Amino acid sequence: MAEVAAESLVVEGHLADEQQYLTFIMSGEEYGVDILAVQEIRGWEAPTLIPNSPSFIRGVINLRGTIVPIMDLRLRFGLSEAGYTATTVVIILKFDSDTGERVLGIVVDAVSDVYTIADTEARKPPELTEDENSDFIKGLVNVSEKMVILLDVEQLLDLHLQVLSEQVITD
Amino acid sequence: MVSILAVDDSASMRQMVSFTLKGAGYDVKEASDGVEALEIAKGNTFDLVLTDVNMPNMNGIELVKNLRQEEGYKFIPMLMLTTESAGDMKMQGKQAGATGWIVKPFNPDQLLSTIKRVLG
Amino acid sequence: MSVDLSQFHQIFFEESFEGLDVMESELLEMDLDDVNEETVNTIFRAAHSIKGGAGTFGFMPISEFTHVVETLLDEIRSGQRTMKANYIDLFLQSVDCLRGMLSDMQGGNEPEAERPAQLRKEFEVILNMASAPTEGEDPSTAGDGQGWLIKMSPHRDLLLTGNEPFRMFRELRDIVGDDCLEVTSYCDDVPDFSSLTPEECFLKWDLKVTKSVPLEDIKAVFEWVEDECDLEYLSLDSTSDAELSDADNHIEDASSAASAEAVAEAEQTSVEATEIKATEVKAEKSAKPVKKQAESSSIRVSIDKVDSLINMVGELVITQSMLGELGSNFDLGRLAKLQEGLSQLEQNTRELQESVMKIRMMPISFAFSRFPRLVRDLGNQLDKKVNLVTLGEQTELDKTVMEKISDPLVHLVRNSMDHGLETTPERIAAGKKEEGTITLNAYHQGGNIVIEVADDGAGLNEEKILQKAVEKKLVPEKNNLSPEEIHQLVFLPGFSTADAVSDISGRGVGMDVVRKNIQALNGTIEVRSQRHKGSTFIIRLPLTLAILDGQLVQVCNETYIFPLVSIVESIQISRSSLNRVTAGQYVMQLRNEYIPIVCLDQVFGLREADDSSENLMLVVVEGDTEKIGIVVDDLLGQQQVVIKSLEQNYKKVSGISGATILGDGTVALIIDISSIDKKLVPVKNNSHRPERAA
Repeated sequence: MAEVAAESLVVEGHLADEQQYLTFIMSGEEYGVDILAVQEIRGWEAPTLIPNSPSFIRGVINLRGTIVPIMDLRLRFGLSEAGYTATTVVIILKFDSDTGERVLGIVVDAVSDVYTIADTEARKPPELTEDENSDFIKGLVNVSEKMVILLDVEQLLDLHLQVLSEQVITD
Repeated sequence: MVSILAVDDSASMRQMVSFTLKGAGYDVKEASDGVEALEIAKGNTFDLVLTDVNMPNMNGIELVKNLRQEEGYKFIPMLMLTTESAGDMKMQGKQAGATGWIVKPFNPDQLLSTIKRVLG
Repeated sequence: MSVDLSQFHQIFFEESFEGLDVMESELLEMDLDDVNEETVNTIFRAAHSIKGGAGTFGFMPISEFTHVVETLLDEIRSGQRTMKANYIDLFLQSVDCLRGMLSDMQGGNEPEAERPAQLRKEFEVILNMASAPTEGEDPSTAGDGQGWLIKMSPHRDLLLTGNEPFRMFRELRDIVGDDCLEVTSYCDDVPDFSSLTPEECFLKWDLKVTKSVPLEDIKAVFEWVEDECDLEYLSLDSTSDAELSDADNHIEDASSAASAEAVAEAEQTSVEATEIKATEVKAEKSAKPVKKQAESSSIRVSIDKVDSLINMVGELVITQSMLGELGSNFDLGRLAKLQEGLSQLEQNTRELQESVMKIRMMPISFAFSRFPRLVRDLGNQLDKKVNLVTLGEQTELDKTVMEKISDPLVHLVRNSMDHGLETTPERIAAGKKEEGTITLNAYHQGGNIVIEVADDGAGLNEEKILQKAVEKKLVPEKNNLSPEEIHQLVFLPGFSTADAVSDISGRGVGMDVVRKNIQALNGTIEVRSQRHKGSTFIIRLPLTLAILDGQLVQVCNETYIFPLVSIVESIQISRSSLNRVTAGQYVMQLRNEYIPIVCLDQVFGLREADDSSENLMLVVVEGDTEKIGIVVDDLLGQQQVVIKSLEQNYKKVSGISGATILGDGTVALIIDISSIDKKLVPVKNNSHRPERAA
């Protein structure tokens, strides 16, 4: 699958308090991430394994000279593993942390669409159980009668690191 | 275009002087000691020479003395950049043939007004 | 027009730091019995430049402090005083102080005021500046009259100074106004045409200023030509001021004569006071930590290196267009040409890489430069006479590596001076010459840089070391370690045979930290020592941090890379030569020692324990404390790899130091020997099997 740069997906002219989200499908559910956090979309390529890493970290790839970790979001969310097919995509996310810009790729089933969603439309998720995964759900929104789960990219990526460092301590 | 030769072993001073003078429309050439300055002076013509006193290889006073011997530099104004306390430095400079002096530290405006004084 | 001076600040700081380095090295080399005039001049000029620049760019505290330093230097260079040992100490302390002040101001902070003030007092005592009288005020500056009459009689040679009377008249006119100046010229002295020389000035002038202006404003106009002119200033309301200008001169002469005498007298008594003070300040100073200079983020590159780089890139462009052309109309018949082009590309790339690396390389003299001072100060503190010899100063290495090797080198030198070199009486008793020698040597060897720190002291005390090691249970009581093996023990954590933890090198910072720092640079350190003769520490570092000589190995279907510098040997062994110690822990006998065995496939969770293969490939590596044998599936080639960070987007992984990109674009991980040390037992295996996409 050809690589798609995020810029080409951004539609001009949206109101303030509105954000554009790139949505993707995973296990039949639709999830969305802030499009500004999306650097590019790539097809699946076999990453290099990292020893003793959590199962949802598939390894690292070479992205034009930078080493980027690849995370299987299904496994991250505790969903069942899926085989990788021709439509499997890797969304490369980037965000600014205090240690600089970090880049990470997430493996999803397929890319869906781009929606413009106002902050007011998104509802806070109901207080779910002590599931750590719910920390990175930013909100739920209805788009054409479908429910889209909006993810907080920073939380998703930060949490990923937090969990990993915890793991190291318990080793 | 009025051209000035600026001589100082301190790069930051040279840059400051050069920038200031160029900004005021003068053409500036730089040298980092008397030997270099003499070379450059021989190959060019200048309307004014600005020189620091304390420099390695050939100091400002020697430079003025030597420059005065050069073709075309007999009456060219030559100013020394000198510090307050160097009283006899001024004397030596005059004896060597210097036109006058600018006291360090100076700011860009002082530099420009003194140059204007001399060049009119 | 206002010029923003801050754009020149950075270069001012850089040249000032360099100037301070020059001052320091010249001061250290100064021979009091044979003071070189040019050296004093050089030191003076450096201080003078700093003062001038500081004043110009507004760093007043620095300018004011440097002024006193410069003043004493000026007196010495003009012959008014001779250089003395306590002056040198004072100057050296001033250099330190200025370094701190410059650093502070460079970082945008106010510099501390205490130290400069303290040192300044010492200078003032020497110079007796406190009692220097100020010059008398010129009494007749008031402009309460109707104006002035200036009689100007230039000497013949006025024009030869490049001064132009008309210019001065113009200036005067600008000050007082067009209609307040009347100029009358007198041609009486002009000779007849045949003896007239245009280069001489024969004219005289009367300048009447009909405005009440302060005399000093008028005098300022003629300031430059006071000696080349006879000038008289007459106030227009009285005629008695004719004598004024001459009287001024007399007063000035008298006061300067008086001050010269006072200074000479006072100097005698103050010299002793200064000497006592100097030592006090020195002792205090050594207790204070040396301020570190901010690491500069710029580098000086010789223009040859840049030109060479430009040439390489030029050749690369040619090769690229050749290959591009081949690619656009390719057929198998042109295969040979393609291969030729590719081999050309390889050469271009290699040359370019070498060329670029050279840009970051600087001579190690920059790192060695702090040692003369260090050795001198330390020698004084320890009361040991030490001679420092530096060799191979032009040997080049990467700027960052050099910055990072600086502290370990300091530690080694301090250690040699404190523990290696004996005290003067001990040396005499041993028949050695009083002065101990510390040698710093640097040279290139096989793609690495080797730095040696050697002393001709007592050498490592093997008995003491062994005893300490046994005490700390690092070595069993019954042992037969060779002297070399005993020497290696000093690199173990917590090791210090100093009886008292001395301020200089003992506290907490041991050889193990030095070794860790060197290993972090992908380097190695070893020690050679001979009792009573001395010790030599040998550091080996790669020429650059970004590139590693690697040994590729295969484990399962994964490729890993070992730093070549860590590999002792690679051998094929049979499974039966492994001895199981506990479940999952194996050792093997390698000649006369037992080494732990690590199965990489297990440790990395790549496969379940596999007892099938009889022949195993073992890579023996040098770990932190001992050798380790690592089992891999196969050895692949050796190549230079570019080190890429794994931590940037992921995190630190135990056993892995970084990653690299192989020729086929895939990522390979680089093994970190020291952190794999701890993983002799594999972590619980991950149950998932990674899938490969179609």
